[in-house]
Amino acid sequence: MASTIPNVTAETQRIAPAKLDVSIRARIPTQGALFELDVDFVVENGITILFGASGAGKTTVLDSIAGLRTPERGRIAVGKRALFDYERGIDVPVKARKIGYVFQDLALFPHLSVEANIGYGLGATSSEERAHRVAHMMHSLDIFGLCHRHPGELSGGERQRVALARALVVEPAVLLLDEPLAALDLPVRMKIADDLRRSIQKQPIPVIYVTHSRDEVFMLGERLLVLENGRLIAQGTPQEVMSAPQTETVAQLAGFENIFDAVVDSVHLERGTMSCRIGASSVELETPLVPVRIGSTMRVGISAGDVLLSTYAPAGLSARNILPGRLLSLSQRDAIVVAKVDCGVEFSVHLTMSARDSLQLKPERQVWLIVKTHSCHLLDKRSG
Amino acid sequence: MNWQAFWLTMRLATVVTLLLGILSLPLACWLAFSRWRWKFLVEALVALPIVLPPTVLGFYVLIALGRESPLGRWWQSLTGHTLAFTFESLVIGSVLYSLPFAVQPFASSFAAVDRRLLAASAVLGRSGFYAFWKIIIPLSVPGLVTGVALAFAHTVGEFGVVLMVGGNIPGVTRTLSIDIYDQVQSLDYVAANSTALVLAVIAFVLLSLVYSLNRRYRRLWPRPFPM
Repeated sequence: MASTIPNVTAETQRIAPAKLDVSIRARIPTQGALFELDVDFVVENGITILFGASGAGKTTVLDSIAGLRTPERGRIAVGKRALFDYERGIDVPVKARKIGYVFQDLALFPHLSVEANIGYGLGATSSEERAHRVAHMMHSLDIFGLCHRHPGELSGGERQRVALARALVVEPAVLLLDEPLAALDLPVRMKIADDLRRSIQKQPIPVIYVTHSRDEVFMLGERLLVLENGRLIAQGTPQEVMSAPQTETVAQLAGFENIFDAVVDSVHLERGTMSCRIGASSVELETPLVPVRIGSTMRVGISAGDVLLSTYAPAGLSARNILPGRLLSLSQRDAIVVAKVDCGVEFSVHLTMSARDSLQLKPERQVWLIVKTHSCHLLDKRSG
Repeated sequence: MNWQAFWLTMRLATVVTLLLGILSLPLACWLAFSRWRWKFLVEALVALPIVLPPTVLGFYVLIALGRESPLGRWWQSLTGHTLAFTFESLVIGSVLYSLPFAVQPFASSFAAVDRRLLAASAVLGRSGFYAFWKIIIPLSVPGLVTGVALAFAHTVGEFGVVLMVGGNIPGVTRTLSIDIYDQVQSLDYVAANSTALVLAVIAFVLLSLVYSLNRRYRRLWPRPFPM
């Protein structure tokens, strides 16, 4: 099989979907220190999210797959086709790898029209075939009207679509997306995410989608890889990884805005719960039961979106944790209002703008926070 | 005004600029992208004519083209006459003398092209050669214009190298700058004055052209990505 020839016609190019196999080690000298990357994972067809803080090594992973960076050792393969194999001395050149890569800064060619940008990678095809495929791709991503414009004349969302079209039109074996939507507003982001998902369904290939946005993880991901300091610390479906975060890093990344040290006060075996006291305060929380001894220290993570806020003392609720407190501040982030509340320890609570307005919330106001037992996630302190 | 010298100068500058345009593209590309550890030696060699007295360069070129040198002998066996003191020798001397004025603007504009664009080109399956013509060259137009104009202007204005390798043969090697020297030697200050003025105007017009083109080009491609 002549699998190393990059320019194949559209008919033969529909290669059987193959999974991407990555097992690499790399050492990258960064300012003063040596960054070590050591990962081993398989990406099936569909979107896999690669999640991690900046500096965790996400872009290094993508660059290695694309061939822009040579790992120290290991193996990268798409199906049976090895792109890199240290043992066998294989290192397929970048231009022959058939990888679609949308860079973080997009790297659109500033002097070429949208049409020419998208058609750039269509090599050994006739000019009609080329025009046809470019037009088709522009239609399916809803950017046909931009045809003759230049990247400098496009909005952020439009540029994003052009970059996506340019990567997809060559029908790559794998698609890599490096924080492609980071710079966009939420509505544009959701629309493009939808288009992306549709394109992938039409052309089922392994997709690695790098992000550090929690919304995008749940919006797009079928699988999730969590990278920290060059190592994979968790993988699974987003629900599995995010809803039961085992480590504090995952928890912080997953959006537990409230993370406290808590001491186990008492255990209620029959009810499957336990009571914990937060730090040095007198705040008591009822949490799900885990096998620990009374007196041991745990970390508790609570998502700011899981906390309810009330302006009078609530009664008759199923929630076990009702904490009186004082509103410290209100600030706005996109459509979310972040309220800081002092209950002995400081809590972050996410509200809608209409909730803020109808409750007439102001700093210094007395409020009550309501937290369900199962919204208190117990975290492993190991990596803290 | 010595029109013979004027047209000779223009012919020389045109030929030299064309040759430099061709020679400097691959050389500048190599200088911009090579990771060879001794590259700096080549850089220094290319820049040498900027600081070297033209007489030094001219002297070496004269020796290299002379009847005793392999090149000179080869040329004589080929054409039947010597290479030194001909129009061709002026071309060779001028190409060497003006080389940095073309290569340096070329190389620095090549090196300024965003490497991510070249990575994108490679990921899309295109060769480095294709990227050179489709990405690097179009994005380097201001540098290319600057290099070509400087090479032309510098060749028009050279004196020492021409005198050393070309001598002062009317219609063959007597350029405008040599003509001025002659006119001053024969105390014809009026003629010298008009020739000098022509040279000054040519240089000024060329430089103005470069700066105005570069300014317009910048406006044509505003910085596309404010991120």
